[in-house]
Amino acid sequence: MNIFVCVKQVPDTETKVQPNGDGTFIETNSIKWIMNPYDEFAVEQALLVKAANAGSTVTVVRVGGVKDTEALRTAMAMGADEAILVEAEDNLDSYSIAKALKGAIDKSGKSADLILCGKQAIDDDCLQVPQILATMMELPSVSVIVGFEQDGDKVTVKREIEGGALEIYELNKPCILATNKGINTPRYASLPGIMKAKRKPMQQLSLGDVGVTADDRRVVYSDFQLPPEKPAGKKFDAMDEADQQKVVEEVVGLLRTEAKVI
Amino acid sequence: MNFALTAEQIEMYNMAKKFSEKEMIPYASEFDQNSTFPINQIKKAWELGFVNTCIPVEYGGNGLSLVDAVTVGEALSYGCMGMHTSIMCNDLALTPIVVGGSEEQKERFLRPFTESPLLASFCLTEPGNGSDAAGIQTTIKDKGDHWVLSGEKMWITNAGHADWFVVYCSIDPKLKHKGISAVVVSKDFEGIEIGKKEHKLGQNCSDTRSIRFNNVKVPKENMLGGPGEGWKIAMKTLDHSRPLVSSIALGGSQRALDLSVEYAKERKQFSVPLSKHQAIQFMIAEMKMKVEASRLLIQKAAWLADQGEQNTTIASTAKAFAADSCMQITTDAVQIYGGYGYSKEYPVEKLMRDAKLIQIYEGTSQIQRLVIAREVLGK
Ligand SMILES: Cc1cc2nc3c(=O)[nH]c(=O)nc-3n(C[C@H](O)[C@H](O)[C@H](O)COP(=O)(O)OP(=O)(O)OC[C@H]3O[C@@H](n4cnc5c(N)ncnc54)[C@H](O)[C@@H]3O)c2cc1C
Ligand SMILES: Cc1cc2nc3c(=O)[nH]c(=O)nc-3n(C[C@H](O)[C@H](O)[C@H](O)COP(=O)(O)OP(=O)(O)OC[C@H]3O[C@@H](n4cnc5c(N)ncnc54)[C@H](O)[C@@H]3O)c2cc1C
Repeated sequence: MNIFVCVKQVPDTETKVQPNGDGTFIETNSIKWIMNPYDEFAVEQALLVKAANAGSTVTVVRVGGVKDTEALRTAMAMGADEAILVEAEDNLDSYSIAKALKGAIDKSGKSADLILCGKQAIDDDCLQVPQILATMMELPSVSVIVGFEQDGDKVTVKREIEGGALEIYELNKPCILATNKGINTPRYASLPGIMKAKRKPMQQLSLGDVGVTADDRRVVYSDFQLPPEKPAGKKFDAMDEADQQKVVEEVVGLLRTEAKVI
Repeated sequence: MNFALTAEQIEMYNMAKKFSEKEMIPYASEFDQNSTFPINQIKKAWELGFVNTCIPVEYGGNGLSLVDAVTVGEALSYGCMGMHTSIMCNDLALTPIVVGGSEEQKERFLRPFTESPLLASFCLTEPGNGSDAAGIQTTIKDKGDHWVLSGEKMWITNAGHADWFVVYCSIDPKLKHKGISAVVVSKDFEGIEIGKKEHKLGQNCSDTRSIRFNNVKVPKENMLGGPGEGWKIAMKTLDHSRPLVSSIALGGSQRALDLSVEYAKERKQFSVPLSKHQAIQFMIAEMKMKVEASRLLIQKAAWLADQGEQNTTIASTAKAFAADSCMQITTDAVQIYGGYGYSKEYPVEKLMRDAKLIQIYEGTSQIQRLVIAREVLGK
């Protein structure tokens, strides 16, 4: 089986995000990058499927900046066989990313039997690349999956819906699945894995190589800002019994008119 | 000159740090208070290649350099110095085989450690001989077709869980270091008596015991080098193991620094965060100075060993500096936390207790100074 996993590299969750100079993105100079946590589930699932289907290969594909390649290296250290990196700015929009991923998969010369993605990226939270990719590739897809079973060409997946209920889907391969937390426990990359990853092939392509042009952009970012700082909490002094009635009324009034919570 | 870690080393560090945050930190306090041996952590660490970093590729190891190993070591000790003492113990015990064993012995003893998570203990210290290791009283007698080992060892890490013991003994205690020999002993050999678990100040999850060898029959082919070769093997082992043990101190120091910074920014006294008081700023700056200097010394000691160069003095310098710094830094962390630092509800008092051991084992801070002074002043 040819298994592809789309991985995004996102800022570490502890990053203090700052807008960049012209407001088109965040400042990325001193960011520590990690693999998008939801994509870790996708990589793990791919490795489990590979283990169950002798002769399979796992190719990880990423679109983004090439200065740091943390996410792809981690995926290969976990056990993926090869990587494709499509060089692009880190603030590309979902449509262009999906088109680049499709272009990279097409160009790999392997016909994909299974494409796995994380259900969302924790940086821009767009939640749409897997669906756009599925539409472009004309493949069936299910997102937010928490269970996976395979029987020949048939795949049965569990999808989590609001309230914790599950939907069960049956699909035929090839298909695109987007993983959620709970589907598996991603393995750690081992030290031998890290050393082996160094010798695994990583192919680098440009957006032009995969057929993406500036015209493909559907969204242009222009004004990244930090959220307004929360105003300091209000303190009320009701130590003196004589004031208490008045203070309580004042607090209740503010909760109604200002905070609008009661 | 290049101070940068390689991309792989950074990745190893990040991965080990993730392991220590997910698998060690959440259990550290409970394991400390209940003296629970971290067997699951050791097994998981073994699967990821963190254990037995000293075993060469030829015998199934991962072929890590010592710089790789101290980089991983810092990240693991960040999670828990006590757990890491027990994780690293195999490196202390197996390095004598790596530096002093024959091809046949390396194959026979080292490879099984790469095939399953076995444990080994390093048995040098005795009740009456600690710093003065050449005064070993445990004897080994030649009985023709086998050896007989007798004596008592003290403060042996992982002794209650070890499958193998590397034991330093003497063919004749009067010969001092010239008589010292090293043998590899299975826990299944007859006549081994393992003592009760010691109750310690810190590093409580790590198992420490005495061991008595009552006329234990040891096969001839289990001696490393020949009779009297043990001292040389022990000294070479220390050159390798001291940078590793120093990385335990460094991990603890970095953790204490991070926790101090976090707390100092949060806690307000006199209407401003503690971090706005210059007295606190200076304490934190001092911590940072010591952390950075410790790391450079440890990396240099490890790098020299990787180049095949003599690193004894710098390894002792790294060990004394990193251990003493860790004691100071963790003590200051408790100070910055104030009353809360003194409570077991907060993580810093444990760091302070754990730190103390690093000034004692693998050569006390005084013994390191002895080594350094001897080199600087001449014998
Ligand atoms: C928790 C724990 C785990 C250990 N694990 C192991 C292990 O796995 N294997 C092993 O073999 N050993 C182990 N040890 C033993 C450890 O290495 C010794 O405790 C250490 O070498 C010190 O020896 P000692 O305790 O006999 O102290 P002593 O040698 O009696 O020293 C007491 C004090 O005198 C000082 N001193 C001694 N000689 C001199 C001198 N010439 N000049 C100046 N000062 C001097 C020392 O620095 C120290 O402050 C462990 C110890 C502990 C506490
Ligand atoms: C076991 C125990 C028993 C105790 N018993 C009692 C008791 O019986 N009765 C009682 O009332 N209290 C008691 N205490 C409380 C003790 O007096 C306080 O813990 C102590 O005054 C420090 O206050 P804090 O813990 O809030 O630390 P903080 O005041 O938060 O101080 C934290 C750190 O910041 C430093 N710091 C604070 N302000 C400044 C500044 N302006 N400039 C420079 N550095 C500064 C402090 O020196 C300390 O290092 C006890 C505490 C403990 C741990």
